[in-house]
Amino acid sequence: MAIEYLGLSEINGPLIVLEGVQDAFYEEMVEFVVEGNRRKKGRIVAVDEDKAVIQVFDNTDEMSLKNTHTRLSGHPMEIGLSLEILGRTFNGLGEPIDGLGKIEPEVVRDVNGLPLNPCTREYPRNYIRTGVSAIDGLTTLIRGQKLPIFSGNGLPHDQLAAQIVEQASLGDDSEEEFGIVFAAMGVKYDVAEFFRRKFEESGVSSHVTMFLNLSNDPVAERLITPKMALTAAEYLAFEKNMHILVILTDMTSYAEAMREVSASKGEIPSRKGYPGYLYSELATLYERAGIVQGREGSVTQIPILTMPNDDITHPIPDLTGYITEGQIVLERSLHQKNIYPPINVLPSLSRLMKDGIGAAYTREDHQDVANQLFSSYARVGEARDLASVIGEDELSQTDKKYLEFGVGFEQEFVAQGVNENRTIEETLDIGWQLLHILPKEELDRIDTKILEKYYDR
Amino acid sequence: MSVSGNIYGINGPIITIKGNLGFKMSEMVYVGKDRLVGEVIGLNKEETTIQVFEETTGLRPGELVEGAGKAISVTLAPGIITNIFDGIERPLQLIGEENGAYIPRGVNVDLLDKDKKWETTICVKPEDVVGGGSVIAEVPETPAILHKIMVPPEMDGTVVWAAENGMYTIEEPLVRIQRADGIQETLTMTQQWPIRIPRPIQKRYPADRPLVTGQRILDTLFPIAKGGTAAIPGGFGTGKTMTQHQLAKWSDADIIIYIGCGERGNEMTNVLEEFSQLVDPKTGNLLMDRTTLIANTSNMPVAAREASIYTGLTLAEYYRDMGYHVAIMADSTSRWAEALRELSGRLEEMPAEEGFPAYLASRLSAFYERAGYVENLNGTDGSVTIIGAVSPQGGDFSEPVTQNTKRFVRCFLALDKALAYARHYPAINWLTSYTEYLGDLENWYGANVGADFIPCRNELLNILTTESRLNEIVKLIGSDVLPDDQKLILEIARVIRLGFLQQNAFHAEDTFVPMEKQLQMMKVILYLYEKCRDLINIGMPMAMLRENRIFEKIISIKYDVPNKELHKFEEYRQMIDEFYQGLLQTNA
Repeated sequence: MAIEYLGLSEINGPLIVLEGVQDAFYEEMVEFVVEGNRRKKGRIVAVDEDKAVIQVFDNTDEMSLKNTHTRLSGHPMEIGLSLEILGRTFNGLGEPIDGLGKIEPEVVRDVNGLPLNPCTREYPRNYIRTGVSAIDGLTTLIRGQKLPIFSGNGLPHDQLAAQIVEQASLGDDSEEEFGIVFAAMGVKYDVAEFFRRKFEESGVSSHVTMFLNLSNDPVAERLITPKMALTAAEYLAFEKNMHILVILTDMTSYAEAMREVSASKGEIPSRKGYPGYLYSELATLYERAGIVQGREGSVTQIPILTMPNDDITHPIPDLTGYITEGQIVLERSLHQKNIYPPINVLPSLSRLMKDGIGAAYTREDHQDVANQLFSSYARVGEARDLASVIGEDELSQTDKKYLEFGVGFEQEFVAQGVNENRTIEETLDIGWQLLHILPKEELDRIDTKILEKYYDR
Repeated sequence: MSVSGNIYGINGPIITIKGNLGFKMSEMVYVGKDRLVGEVIGLNKEETTIQVFEETTGLRPGELVEGAGKAISVTLAPGIITNIFDGIERPLQLIGEENGAYIPRGVNVDLLDKDKKWETTICVKPEDVVGGGSVIAEVPETPAILHKIMVPPEMDGTVVWAAENGMYTIEEPLVRIQRADGIQETLTMTQQWPIRIPRPIQKRYPADRPLVTGQRILDTLFPIAKGGTAAIPGGFGTGKTMTQHQLAKWSDADIIIYIGCGERGNEMTNVLEEFSQLVDPKTGNLLMDRTTLIANTSNMPVAAREASIYTGLTLAEYYRDMGYHVAIMADSTSRWAEALRELSGRLEEMPAEEGFPAYLASRLSAFYERAGYVENLNGTDGSVTIIGAVSPQGGDFSEPVTQNTKRFVRCFLALDKALAYARHYPAINWLTSYTEYLGDLENWYGANVGADFIPCRNELLNILTTESRLNEIVKLIGSDVLPDDQKLILEIARVIRLGFLQQNAFHAEDTFVPMEKQLQMMKVILYLYEKCRDLINIGMPMAMLRENRIFEKIISIKYDVPNKELHKFEEYRQMIDEFYQGLLQTNA
């Protein structure tokens, strides 16, 4: 079997340098035994002839240059999978931590995955009803989509994600098998616990696979956690024909971890100290959502990220937005007005929406109503700006109508209960009611025929 | 004679070999036992640096690296159109059939179908003198494209043998020529060309013909010339990709090369699906029959992303040499620039602005300069138009890629977040966008659309600029206090924005609008403006004008007047006259 190496050449944060190794390969898994009993895992992140740089998925405490045995495993990072993983909880490295024993693997997969061939993808078209008006009506979630939630610290993104999971899994076709893969990267214990409780309350626990890397777990492990989760999701979706919803939280911690490891490797930083490959790394995660031709299952991703300082131009939300198929943006000022969910619809977007709505999927007026609501609500902002300068009384009649519409839109359309599950008809009808506040000639985004059919109804 | 060496170090997509072994710069190499494709990007006495176009997971030091003896090249022959390739011209469809849903490492497939027999018409006979670019045979590649088999550039001689017309594969000999030095060369349909070197041309023409796109804001306000360059910058969600799709669908180029560089997989799938169904309104052929896709999605290896832009360009130049007008959609050039940055970082080069390498500007300019309207070696005319999307970080146009791109393109179509938020599509901001081609194209518009086209266009832009100035005032004091003539400008500007600039890509009539209709629409809007101005001038209040639904009717012309029934514009003119007369009479 493999050779064991005694001793190390260098320890620097989570990175270890080993010299004199033979046959090591890039991304190979490594096992350490410290002082004859404590086991740790690592991964090779750079090789220079006989020198390997290894990232340890654990802290490097107690390791010295002499007391450690290193064994190369001969394979990249892998995870054993079978249907047993449903209902189970793992740590960030895919080891069970719920005390229910080991998984009997049916297959063993390389967690790095391979790029999905665009020719074998199927373009996602089926919409998922989440029961949340702002999402269903204006940023429709499509099966096989990656739609992140851009949030800030202290905003109820977890609540919203839990509500989406709960209501989407109720679904209209109860015959299809669904499942949830939940990956926590560097989140607080309370957050992980919140999700676990929510899944239990809504009775979906037996369909959930959880990968937990909490905020006090090793940073290097965080880099592998989402890959574990997505490998599990792909297995369930494309081999077991399940519709999988993947929740990844918090992507910001993941990116931070990448920066930390990159810095200790001495790499040249690009934007805000993040490594130049941040885009590629995020893309290899996000692009693992989708549908494959000829397979029944699908992987839908809802990554959650907290925007540092609520700044949407920060590299993490910025690069994410360029990869994902839209975004749902939460807004602090709406949250302060006690509106739940505090979704700011204007910067929110679903790129796949256009092909998954309309007469064949939802209702014929859906696109027009959505466009009109967006356009009118954008106008509300202008009216509010003006009112703050010249006072509400001085506004023109039309602008006053817009203010009224704005309040109604936020209070009735966007706001809803944490357990309220609206149908698509309800959502669109609320939309029409609100549009009635405005004069008919202001509704310039709606096709004349649809306007006649629905406005005067 | 191929050189070889052994891997010394591996760092992501970059590998190094110790020693000076005789590799050449830009030489293609095969790396490791999986024979991953790579390229030599740096040489010094101590080591050779290679970028690998595939995932390097699993590579070990000591594995063999073998030189291919030629620069990284594309294979040029029939079979390119309708195909979908990765960044180094490997056919994804075939890879999918052989390897399933995922793209494994080290796939070894023929770049183009070597077994397919093409119906070939030979165009030369013995004794003919041929030179670089001379057409020796013709092959109908798709219903839309006649593929011309050309003598490779830098080769000339006398034909000594030519095959009969018939069915041939891309590797069978078609013609044999004798060069001046007596050496005989056998020509097949296939030729190779290194991707980083522009194919030679006879001379460049000025760009004096527009790329007709059927998109009103482009054709009318900011036209692009055939052989020109344009950049479409915009933050995420502002509609770069949608604009590129619209251009790929409707522009009057003969061939479209769509490069998905570091973008979403689903988008490429969408293009593939949609273009295989949509029919080109001008020729009646499928859009796919004139399209080649290059897909290097964001999760595919980063080095191939860098190469994909050049692969696309070289394919475009090859078809240009046949006398076609080719348009390249590069979505997005920022991903390509970031690939440069990523590789530069791995090479530990000294970073310049924002971590981008210092050679970013020179690479960008070299890329855009490969566009042009040219006379080819064989005397035909052809063009390569480059339309590059730019994804500025944080939507901020002051970042290096946007700024450097701006220096090298002549048409700048700035996408605007505020417009996109209000779902005004295409979200091209008419105040910050510009085109330098207008002067060059003026004659063409005068001769082909109408002498009044450019004056109307200028008037339109003028109203919009005035509107933005007035809006500054409105923001401070509200619109009620403006005098009526200024209120009218705001109203007409609204008609222009909603009825003219806004264009619905999902509406059967509105998705493509012929030049003629664009002119008529402008004229009707300006006619309305003229009549309203007359009314205001005799003291009619704006509020009274607004009572009439005429403004709404003009706005919905884009939906209500089909592209083929332009005589209906006369009715609108009458409607405006009636509106004018009606107001005059009731308020006399």
